Amino acid sequence: MTDMTSINAPTNAPVMPSEGKAWVFGDNIDTDVIIPARYLMTTDAAELAKHCMEDIDPGFAASVKSGDVMVAGNNFGCGSSREHAPIAIKGAGVSVVIANSFARIFYRNAINIGLPILECAEAVAAVHAGDTLHVDLASGRIEDVTTGQSFQAQSYPESILRIIAAGGLIAATRQKLQAAGRLPA
Amino acid sequence: MTWGRRNAFRRGFNRQPAHMGSTMAEKMLARHAGKSRVEAGEMIDVRVDIVMANDITGPLAIKEFRKIGIDRVFDPKKVIFVSSHFTPAKDIQSAQQATILRKFAREQETVYFEIGRGGIEHVVLPEQGLVVPGQVVVGGDSHTCTYGALGCYATGVGSTDVAAALATGEIWMRVPPTIKFVYHGERPPWVSAKDMILQTIGRIGVEGGRGAVMEFTGEAVGGLSMEGRLTMANMAIEAGADAGLFPVDEKTLAYVQERAKWPYEVVNSDSDAKYMQVYEFDVSTMEPMVACPYDPANIKPVSQVDKDPLDQVFIGSCTNNRIEDLRIVADLLRGRTIHPDIRCIIIPGSVDVERQALREGLLEVFQQAEAVIAPPGCGPCLGGYMGVLGPGERAVSTSNRNFRGRMGHRDAEVYLASPAVAAASALLGRVASPAEIAREGVTA
Repeated sequence: MTDMTSINAPTNAPVMPSEGKAWVFGDNIDTDVIIPARYLMTTDAAELAKHCMEDIDPGFAASVKSGDVMVAGNNFGCGSSREHAPIAIKGAGVSVVIANSFARIFYRNAINIGLPILECAEAVAAVHAGDTLHVDLASGRIEDVTTGQSFQAQSYPESILRIIAAGGLIAATRQKLQAAGRLPA
Repeated sequence: MTWGRRNAFRRGFNRQPAHMGSTMAEKMLARHAGKSRVEAGEMIDVRVDIVMANDITGPLAIKEFRKIGIDRVFDPKKVIFVSSHFTPAKDIQSAQQATILRKFAREQETVYFEIGRGGIEHVVLPEQGLVVPGQVVVGGDSHTCTYGALGCYATGVGSTDVAAALATGEIWMRVPPTIKFVYHGERPPWVSAKDMILQTIGRIGVEGGRGAVMEFTGEAVGGLSMEGRLTMANMAIEAGADAGLFPVDEKTLAYVQERAKWPYEVVNSDSDAKYMQVYEFDVSTMEPMVACPYDPANIKPVSQVDKDPLDQVFIGSCTNNRIEDLRIVADLLRGRTIHPDIRCIIIPGSVDVERQALREGLLEVFQQAEAVIAPPGCGPCLGGYMGVLGPGERAVSTSNRNFRGRMGHRDAEVYLASPAVAAASALLGRVASPAEIAREGVTA
């Protein structure tokens, strides 16, 4: 099986600002819509990305550019636990998902695999589809370059920041096992 | 000292000091985090008793597990893999995924359910006594919350969480607050556990339970069979909840005693436990409900759903395909024929359910009625395999999700309902109440 796109961000990678076009979606975007089950016979990010969002926006996968930003309402990523959903979004080149709120399993999955997500209702209310957004992931500052407005996303709890800083849950787990002497450093 | 001991005994074994009660979720999580108590919002590392994954989430979890660099899973007896979604393999790619799961299970000597020996994980694990009261269970499938019916803390996670749990036997968690649901009264004929959970989701919405535990209580819940409780707990995720828990009672213990493969512990909520919110329902005024496209909270009483023709009826999935469900369906289909324009697919949830249905003659009833019986597994529920819906097709399904594209084409429509409503709809070719059939001789 091929695996062309790494799922986890490189350990201790510097957090780069991201800039791109806003793709705006509504409330309760479920993981079946993000990546339908009919494409779950692979775990390959590039393959999954080809079908990302196709049931609600058939043009998305072909048009999305690396660095672009997804903006959505409440409860983004609800439904199935399929990690293929954040993998498909990340594989499509989306640099960050900004929403009012995330479904719990999707939230964990995104943090665990290193897909940046931010909660910021003010940005969600103000940003229009197609606006250019500049997002500083380190500070959570979101700037709408098109309108000149800027917004501050909610900060993460400390234990989640540790997973992000490690480069995802796999790297954090390695560190934990190494600290416990169960894995060579 | 004697007085002190007696007093402690009177307060109960599970009780915290009188002024600070805990919910059953808090108690189970505290015990598995090595703490005397936990509060909602607290971040903890929790020891897990069972880690489960299926043929979609398992291969990805295995791929991530390999990256950690550890050779063995934390405890092979506590690791369960089930081939359920794309099995028997539907194509070469799904065959490769199932092979990854199968080989890893053999290599690590974990528990593994192959086709012909298992079924859907959420039917198999409770039925085989592999999940029991008081445990903490994580599964790479959102419907892992089903096991909460047994009074264990069970929650769905993604594949990387499964990988980390396989390596460490632990998982990070934010202690969720608990919302209490109290169901009063006696269910009218044809109102089932499915109708109760659809009413509940309809009232609180698809994110009404987000980040919380739903605890189902009240005399109407006590009156539900274990099958009914599994149906309700199964759909807690459809309200966005972390878990859906039922207090352990005599029915739970009777169910567990004859099948438990692990020691179990009764952990119920204190009477003075703190709840985020309490909702009350009177089930005596409920009707059979249908969740219309494209949202499980978009509910209507069956009598108010339009009567446009249907194309397919699916009776199965981890929500509703246990023996009690199949008996209800058989009672309605017996001696009748499915509407000529309907394709009706019936899938027993596990090999054991299928065997029991065979013994009771239910499978013959289904065949006589001109339904098709498919092998135990997830079937059409997730639109990736058999029974996929084409453009514009309309289906009634006893499953749990009616999202756009869930069961096939983006323009197909799925109406979620109980097994009784699904059977009546299969007979009449439109969304129908079982009471319409029952008038001709079958009663609730």
